[in-house]
Amino acid sequence: MLELSATIHAQIVAHCLGGLPEEACGLLSGQLGGETVEGCYPARNAAASAKLYTVDPTDFVRADRHAQSHGLEIIGVFHSHTHTDAYPSPTDIAQAPDPAWHYVIVSLRQAEPSVRSYRIVEGTVTEEPVVQAADTGAEGRPQAAGPPGGRSGGAGR
Amino acid sequence: MSVEVRLPTLLRGHAEGRSTVSFPGSTVGEVLDALVTAYPGLAGQVLTDDGSLHRFVNVYLNDDDVRYLDRLDTKVNDGDTVSILPAVAGG
Repeated sequence: MLELSATIHAQIVAHCLGGLPEEACGLLSGQLGGETVEGCYPARNAAASAKLYTVDPTDFVRADRHAQSHGLEIIGVFHSHTHTDAYPSPTDIAQAPDPAWHYVIVSLRQAEPSVRSYRIVEGTVTEEPVVQAADTGAEGRPQAAGPPGGRSGGAGR
Repeated sequence: MSVEVRLPTLLRGHAEGRSTVSFPGSTVGEVLDALVTAYPGLAGQVLTDDGSLHRFVNVYLNDDDVRYLDRLDTKVNDGDTVSILPAVAGG
């Protein structure tokens, strides 16, 4: 099971729609081993593709640091499928980084976005129900992914 | 000098469950060598057989991906944090 508040659900869908025509992606935080998403971190798609995504590594480290400073961990990733159903592609399955994570896929194939969640363990995909959690008012954070190409700041060290 | 290394949840099982550890070194590579010497189970997860960074992980010095710095030769200073995170990608 994956619990998403209406606020986080809306953040995920908005980021996916905003990424069109390319796939969009982001990270989800919560308690380690938990089933409730407590924070959403929209990220840049470093692959800049309609068929592939790569969570921008700098966005990931910033999200990870922010989550840990709030006593949370990254517990999952979301990404959009622009023209296919909300089911993990062979690439999603092959590259799933962590069997403990929740893998949320947003299909934008139909007019109404479809949000589904999966566990992917050693190549085996299991869908889990997505249920609506109560809004706590503490979800999410200002979008801080930075401008595209913002990596140049890293060269100054 | 000693540098804090942050481990992703996926790799903590190879490091007694720890999320952060500290190791000495003057470069990212030296710190990672000390890490995999202490926790040999991490060796194949972080570095390839020829000693370069595994393509399925990203290693950061503070906020910066070391692939955009000097990779394993990137110099570290006291108080720096080296973070290891999985590369997250799909289709």
